[in-house]
Amino acid sequence: MDFTININNKSLVASRGETILEVMNRNGIRVPTLCHIKNALPTGACRMCVVEDNKTGKLITSCSFPAEPGMSILTHSPRVVESRKTIIELLLSNHPDDCLYCVRNKNCELQDLSEELHVTERRIRGVKNRANLDLSSASIVRDPEKCILCGRCVYVCEEVMGVACIDFINRGNKSIIGTAFHQGLNTSSCINCGQCVMVCPTGALTEKNHFAQIQEALNNPTKRVVVQYAPSITVSMAEELGIEPGIDINGILNAALRKVGFDHIFDSSFSADLTIMEESAELIHRIQNGGVLPMITSCCPGWVKYAEEFAPEFLPNLSSCKSPQQMMGAIIKSHFATQENLKPEEIFSVSIMPCTAKKFEAQREEMTREGISDVDAVLTTRELTKFLKLFGVDMFNIKPELVDSPLGFRSTAGKLFGASGGVMEAAIRTAYHSITGKEMVEFQVPAIRGFEGRKEIKININGLELGVAVVNGMANAKVLLDEIREGKNDVQFIEIMACPGGCIGGGGQHIGTSDEQLKARMNALYRIDETERIKVSHKNPEIVELYQDFLGKPLGHKSHELLHTHYHEREVVK
Amino acid sequence: MTLVQHVLHKYPAVGRDNLIPILQEIQTAEGYLSKKSILEVGRYLDIPASKIFGVATFYNQFRFEPFGVNHVQVCRGTACHVLGSSTVLQELEKHLKVKAGQTTRDGQFSIEVVACIGACGLAPVICVNGEFHAKVTAQSIKEIVDQYKNRGE
Repeated sequence: MDFTININNKSLVASRGETILEVMNRNGIRVPTLCHIKNALPTGACRMCVVEDNKTGKLITSCSFPAEPGMSILTHSPRVVESRKTIIELLLSNHPDDCLYCVRNKNCELQDLSEELHVTERRIRGVKNRANLDLSSASIVRDPEKCILCGRCVYVCEEVMGVACIDFINRGNKSIIGTAFHQGLNTSSCINCGQCVMVCPTGALTEKNHFAQIQEALNNPTKRVVVQYAPSITVSMAEELGIEPGIDINGILNAALRKVGFDHIFDSSFSADLTIMEESAELIHRIQNGGVLPMITSCCPGWVKYAEEFAPEFLPNLSSCKSPQQMMGAIIKSHFATQENLKPEEIFSVSIMPCTAKKFEAQREEMTREGISDVDAVLTTRELTKFLKLFGVDMFNIKPELVDSPLGFRSTAGKLFGASGGVMEAAIRTAYHSITGKEMVEFQVPAIRGFEGRKEIKININGLELGVAVVNGMANAKVLLDEIREGKNDVQFIEIMACPGGCIGGGGQHIGTSDEQLKARMNALYRIDETERIKVSHKNPEIVELYQDFLGKPLGHKSHELLHTHYHEREVVK
Repeated sequence: MTLVQHVLHKYPAVGRDNLIPILQEIQTAEGYLSKKSILEVGRYLDIPASKIFGVATFYNQFRFEPFGVNHVQVCRGTACHVLGSSTVLQELEKHLKVKAGQTTRDGQFSIEVVACIGACGLAPVICVNGEFHAKVTAQSIKEIVDQYKNRGE
């Protein structure tokens, strides 16, 4: 049912159940918000979105107040502006004054709002927050002193990720957001996905950076520094550079990384192809030999840790394949090292990932051989931009270059890994070929593409019916796992990505990404898949060569040694 | 069956409706909420530990460390406040090297802040193991506490 309400002396149409904020946003009226998250139940905690109800004279929170017929609202009356400004001044009163040194400087909602509301002096002096920095996690740094208690991280961690390792602790002016028993994040059930970092308005949650180690390696003449970048990186850097979203900057990125001084530049999409070779072989092996089904992908380190903590009974279902990052790392420190006549310890292997959990994955014990990590340092998309700036790379005046070869060429199937459904689609293409000996007529599988939290279809390969499911967002995976626990048995292969939309929406991506920008990234990957010629992993000439020269065959002895692993139940506070 | 399990079995294993009564009963039985018991409640009710810790820290009544041999209650009611109980508390915390709600490492003393113990005429008042001490000062509090320490030895 529609009706009209009056906002700033203008009649606007509203529907029943809509909040005032939604009506305003639809009509181009912007009021500041801090605790608000789209599609989440409003909490009304921060009071930034207050508007004045002209009839009662009261200030009401527009994010949580439903529009009612005949309402008359003022969004920027002097009282409203004054109270918003006071809220910001109060938030600043106990906030550290170290913007210049903060990682979120110039990309901070609190900073933006204080500018927007003309806060030019410290009018309210409060006692500064005192809390310990939590550096315990391999991926995420928590600085409660910078926290403004908006609660967005708590919401995302519980509702979107189904993890709930943090919550509001204590009460009143002693409130902080923290873990159970004030323990470090490393012993909590945190899966390192970084979605909390993505929603944090300030610098209270950030990733643990590896800048120093990388710089040191770059300046160390005895180290050969190599770098790999994930499939989603080239299509999601546009927002960081301030250009149109969805532009693929692959060539420019190669050139930029060379300018920084990396000796070899590889593409993780190549090792994604490698993952597909191994994973599709493993799937077929499991189906034909009565192995544990459904098989579940293990490319996502967030999901892997989730499984270790919350679903250990599914660990035998996890594919034993390492993720593309780790496969590339393992190949670099074995095959590549031999070819270049280097010892593994003479190579410093960097990866650029859309993900904070990859930092955790890189330091896992399973990912080391004889005490040497396969991947030494991980940069997120955000950190990459900062890193390029530090080295004075002008991304706008640079000629595109090719990636290094071998270990650089990729099929478009490998590139699809960046979006939810991509691993599945790539695996289906190769599995189809392995089973039938023929290529698929139509490579694209539109039913498992897109942002939907869960996609499920049946695929028929030569009479073999394969039920496949694709989920993104851990909370959606939880629902599917519960169904399987209760007896659902019509799926044989599942792709799980912790972050909404897959890696393009990863916890290491540009902060403040809109839904439209996410779509543009996804479409960019699909466009690459449409326009380029080699669309299947098993046709990637460098993959074929790698198997001929080094690995032998998928699931062979070398593969088992280098590319496969298994995981164990993990005791955490949960 | 452990004490905690005994308490839990009185309540249905769903939802958070009974969380607070359960925590209260465990605290009555064990004197405090241990990490172990919070985790056990979480598993039983299927609530994340962080949520239970969040609820429990919201209320003053819950403590997370066992009582000391000597339990010191410091009254922070209005009358005591006016006569300087905040300084008394500060001095006590400094002297015992623990904060209110905590227990000394040797397990000898624990401090609790209480709102009013109904002895406003004696303000500022503290209560150690049920014994009241009237008109305490920043100086006398140390002597009082040390008496108890020596008594134990």
